[in-house]
Amino acid sequence: MEALIDGLAGVGYIASRRIATALYMALHLQKPILVEGVAGVGKTELALCSAALLGLPLIRMQCYEGLDESKALYEWKYGKQLLYTQILKDHMGRSLADAPDMTTAMERLHGAGDLFFSEPFLEPRPLLSALRAEGGAVLLIDEIDKSDEAFEAFLLEVLSAFQASIPEIGVIRAKIPPVVFLTSNNVRDLGDALKRRCLHLHIPLPDQALEERIVAARVPGVEDALRAKLVRFVQGLRTMDLRKLPSISETVDWARALLLLHARALDAELVRETLNVILKFEADIAAVEPKIGELLAGPE
Amino acid sequence: MNEPLVPDAPMQQALEGFLRALRANEVRVSPAEAIDAHRAAAAVGFEDRETLRDSLCITLAKSADEVARFDACFDAFFARSAAPPRRAVETRAAASETPPDAPELAAQLLSGDEAALETAMEASAARVGASEIRLASQRSLMTRRLLDDMGLRDVEAMIQALRASGRPRDEALAERLAQRRAELFQQAQAYVERQVQLFTPESGRRMREAILARQKLTDIDPEEMRAMENLVRRMARRLATKYARRRHRAHKGRLDVRRTLRKSMGYGGVPFDIVWKSEKVEKPKIAVLCDVSRSVASAAQFLLLFLYSLNEVVERLDAYAFSDVAVSVNDLLNDETVDDAITLILDRVGFRPTDYGRSLAAFFETQGTKLDRRTTVIVLGDGRSNYAEPRLDLMRSIAERARSVIWLNPEPETYWNQGDSKALDYARFCTVAKPCNSLAELERIIEDVLRTYITH
Repeated sequence: MEALIDGLAGVGYIASRRIATALYMALHLQKPILVEGVAGVGKTELALCSAALLGLPLIRMQCYEGLDESKALYEWKYGKQLLYTQILKDHMGRSLADAPDMTTAMERLHGAGDLFFSEPFLEPRPLLSALRAEGGAVLLIDEIDKSDEAFEAFLLEVLSAFQASIPEIGVIRAKIPPVVFLTSNNVRDLGDALKRRCLHLHIPLPDQALEERIVAARVPGVEDALRAKLVRFVQGLRTMDLRKLPSISETVDWARALLLLHARALDAELVRETLNVILKFEADIAAVEPKIGELLAGPE
Repeated sequence: MNEPLVPDAPMQQALEGFLRALRANEVRVSPAEAIDAHRAAAAVGFEDRETLRDSLCITLAKSADEVARFDACFDAFFARSAAPPRRAVETRAAASETPPDAPELAAQLLSGDEAALETAMEASAARVGASEIRLASQRSLMTRRLLDDMGLRDVEAMIQALRASGRPRDEALAERLAQRRAELFQQAQAYVERQVQLFTPESGRRMREAILARQKLTDIDPEEMRAMENLVRRMARRLATKYARRRHRAHKGRLDVRRTLRKSMGYGGVPFDIVWKSEKVEKPKIAVLCDVSRSVASAAQFLLLFLYSLNEVVERLDAYAFSDVAVSVNDLLNDETVDDAITLILDRVGFRPTDYGRSLAAFFETQGTKLDRRTTVIVLGDGRSNYAEPRLDLMRSIAERARSVIWLNPEPETYWNQGDSKALDYARFCTVAKPCNSLAELERIIEDVLRTYITH
């Protein structure tokens, strides 16, 4: 477990114990991890860093409404099939010319027909690539909650047995099951069948100490005092009633912005100018502005 | 994937007990998940409590709510293992005084062997089925059974015998034994109490809610309101997740010949790009008229509560509340919290004598032009119009324009058209007119309405 935490820290991801445990379980039980949490809390980043840590290629699939299996699993290279048929037309004419009767010609055609539905004409999409990857892969299915329910049901086969069936070819099974991450923003509740097949990891917003370490790992140039102060400011913001609370990615962006501005200390003026980095709604900025002094003073 | 588990019986039993406690606390654990939990525990071992907690949590809890319940349950369940060892010095002296023929429990009590006592209590608890406890009122009964099974009667007999002997040494021993017995009694009580906390919350609540769902809306106690609200909200949520995102349906595998041919023109007639047929499922559009007048006063709160929840489910909902005249309540439903919205609506239009005619007129005036073949009109009310003009002509126009009209009446069918009720007259223009007097019925009907949009 400690080794995993250190390993993740080595590739720039500061993991809590629960996150490391989840990754450990995923590797041991060979189950997908369903990662939930508000936007910007590091869900996708976890998959990226795990891939780096395990030294596996990352295959990413972004879900959206209307995504179906032809875009997720495989597609026939229809154009290529058609082109080949055109090119091979003469050849086929010749080979069929000496057929004595219709039945023989038909049989020869049957033999050729299967050629066009074979692997060279298969366009692998993310899921199939992940299953076929030699030596395993990390598969990231991003924002699964944005896909349709039908697609979710289709994923079940891939996720529980790590196999996919293609009618024309047969079942393709992964030699080494990929490590699968699914992320969700809770746009809709996922089906129980899918949840049951996954380990469930909920990443909460971090506390002061953890967030400071994350900022330190991501933006190394920021001085300690400034870092503590800006993290405390963001932590203070999270206790307020805002439309969109700033999450880790906002804190990191802000730290970067301050670094670019060569800021050494955090004063009210600077905060006011850079507030748009951490708050994404006009109403939120308006609500926070009068309280900047208070938040800067902190709860000490 | 199917490597056998290393049998480690006591730990597995503890884990099974924990899973049962989780189920009782509304964390759903399927048999497959139970197997996963065992495998997870086998992978990390039982030595490190935090690691065990994390791994079990990740395998078992499937939402943020469940994580919170899991944590609470884990703490409560494994708390008993963390009892501090006590008074080793005092007990060593006591051990020598224990008469050789004393019952086992008495020996354990006198020697202060906490670990042995705890094991004995666990074993007895398993025998008398302490974790089967379902009602908090069974507490003292269960404590008694637990102690009897541990052999407390023998200890009591021994105390009596020692006291009767009259020797000071025996009497002192009897006193100490009596004191230890009282402590044991407390421990047993605490143990049973924990079982109650772990295993009863759901069964009792579930029973109550099952009754509430079938209860007549008109007969509900104000005290049951809170529970009812939760129930309504959960029902609406269930409907929401079921129907929220099924808006596009592709007719997969069906070729759109016209568009494919059109596109093939660019490639000299070769169908290079093929187009499949797809179909857009229309978003439901619902207009609701909710009666909040005196005659349905008791049901009005719940109708509004459901209206509020429905408003979160359906994107395009036009809601009207009426007593003597219909008022649009969309803004209130959208902007206010559920309690405020209901109070404000009832303040504004509630509890006045009904006038269906005027209400329909007001509704028709603002909504009439918006009604089309995609709109479903739902009326929640008893159709009792205080002998005012019912304006059946308006009802007919509404029915002609809308896709369907559904009338849900809190009164049973036998009361329709009795007294000032015009329910049957209105029902003639309705696609469906049904009595609906419990939440279970309400949910079923609303679900039917929503489903018609998915499968038409």
